[in-house]
Amino acid sequence: MLLIVCPYCGERPEIEFSYGGEAHLVRPKDPASLGDAEWADYLYARSNPKGVHAERWRHTHGCARFFNALRDTLSDRFLATYRIGEQRPDLA
Amino acid sequence: MQRFSALSLIRHSLGGHLGWQPQWRSPEPKAEYDAVIVGAGGHGLGAAYYLAKEHGMRNIAVLEKGWLGGGNTGRNTTIIRSNYLYDESAALYDHALKLWENLSRELNYNVMFSQRGVMMLAHTVHDVQIFKRHVHANRANGVDNEWLTAEQAKEFCPPLHIGPGLRYPVLGAALQRRGGTARHDAVAWGYARAADALGVDIIQNCEVTAIRRGTAGAVEAVETSRGAIRTRKIGVSAAGNTSVVMAMAGLRMPLESYPLQALVSEPVKPMFPCVAMSNTIHAYISQSDKGELVIGAGMDAYVSYSQHGALHIPAQTLEAICELFPMFRRMRMLRNWGGIVDVTPDRSPILAKTEVAGLYVNCGWGTGGFKATPGAAHLLAWTIAKDEPHPINAPFTIERFRDGVVIDEAAAAAVSH
Ligand SMILES: Cc1cc2nc3c(=O)[nH]c(=O)nc-3n(C[C@H](O)[C@H](O)[C@H](O)COP(=O)(O)OP(=O)(O)OC[C@H]3O[C@@H](n4cnc5c(N)ncnc54)[C@H](O)[C@@H]3O)c2cc1C
Ligand SMILES: [Zn+2]
Repeated sequence: MLLIVCPYCGERPEIEFSYGGEAHLVRPKDPASLGDAEWADYLYARSNPKGVHAERWRHTHGCARFFNALRDTLSDRFLATYRIGEQRPDLA
Repeated sequence: MQRFSALSLIRHSLGGHLGWQPQWRSPEPKAEYDAVIVGAGGHGLGAAYYLAKEHGMRNIAVLEKGWLGGGNTGRNTTIIRSNYLYDESAALYDHALKLWENLSRELNYNVMFSQRGVMMLAHTVHDVQIFKRHVHANRANGVDNEWLTAEQAKEFCPPLHIGPGLRYPVLGAALQRRGGTARHDAVAWGYARAADALGVDIIQNCEVTAIRRGTAGAVEAVETSRGAIRTRKIGVSAAGNTSVVMAMAGLRMPLESYPLQALVSEPVKPMFPCVAMSNTIHAYISQSDKGELVIGAGMDAYVSYSQHGALHIPAQTLEAICELFPMFRRMRMLRNWGGIVDVTPDRSPILAKTEVAGLYVNCGWGTGGFKATPGAAHLLAWTIAKDEPHPINAPFTIERFRDGVVIDEAAAAAVSH
């Protein structure tokens, strides 16, 4: 089981959290002006990388707040967690 | 190819079984092939076999980053059935099921296909309604599926507990008698041996690291850990790694890769006659011919390529198994593992040409593509050879997400199998 550092509560076991998919997908401001391909890209295409992934988690059975995380999808190791609204941390 | 038969078995036993040849070669990659398949799972090996056998393409290679059959083909719980809801899916999965029925003979390889019946348990009024709808839809499509009462389900599968006191009572079941299991490794080995015999080069420990495209955009070559290989046709059949491979050609896929776990018990005498599955409490189980109970657990919550998951996932599954089959409560589990499954938003696969000329993709089989192995392989070969889809896989494009013609099998595939 993963240990996840909630930016509000600290380190907690994975079963307290729910996963929210890829982070930083911004809903287009004016969907009506988009073509079908761009809309489909927003709705369905995902980067799904082998390596660093920015993703949303929610501390459902704790503080109930959403936050973002950077995780290496090959080792499952968390590299950073950060609050919604904060910039994606630069790991370099 | 040395053919397998009772006679050849006896003949080789006289020689102490020292006369058997390796079942496939391990050739060095050539500089150029007419087609290259990425991924030596059952789907990729099968596609190479059908390309050679049915489309006369002999100068082809299957490239595999690890060992053949070491991906999800060798990690799955081998459930085979075709009782999916929509017309497109029923045609696709039943195409595969029909090929399964003759596969051992076709390949001269015992894939141990066993039509012992797949029974899906209903625990809620909603389950009952959905499954009955499936039964009717399947029968309208010529796919066998029948409704069983709880008592009939117990008769079909005596270890099943249907008595009072269950948190999720068994209200009935849908049974596909033509469904069953097969030996997963044998499927990969059988296709590898048959493809090799037709001249296909199977190149293991050869990871594709880049796809080269020409000025007009068409594919020209793959870069691999064993050098560059020129080719005008690339069929990607890389399951959980599909997004990574397709990104090499600049394509973003509607896919996410998740760990899916399974486990087996210590081997015991034959006592479980069929495949039983429960979507609602998420468990599925069968007994292998070795005697192990083969148990499928759920997907882990997050995108990953780690090929393992967390223990609370199989623990939950075992709770469900113990509830449904109390006689297994004292069984010990022997091994637990994970594979990486590529999941589409509508839980249906993608088997199609792409916007890149010469690039074809077979992916998105997610938690349930073993059952499709011969069908997917056959249709991928067709699509590559003719540069157009077969009518059966024509609906399974990438563009269906853009065009709003998704094939939503989330209900049929809600349990991971
Ligand atoms: C635990 C578990 C249980 C399952 N249970 C069932 C079930 O009961 N019934 C069912 O129908 N399905 C089931 N599935 C799903 C099924 O296993 C898959 O859908 C199916 O096996 C996919 O076959 P494949 O040949 O496409 O993929 P794989 O066998 O995974 O083959 C893909 C190959 O591509 C190779 N590859 C990837 N990237 C590269 C690269 N860059 N270069 C070279 N090679 C590469 C990989 O190493 C791999 O060998 C299960 C899956 C899992 C993990
Ligand atoms: Zn918290």
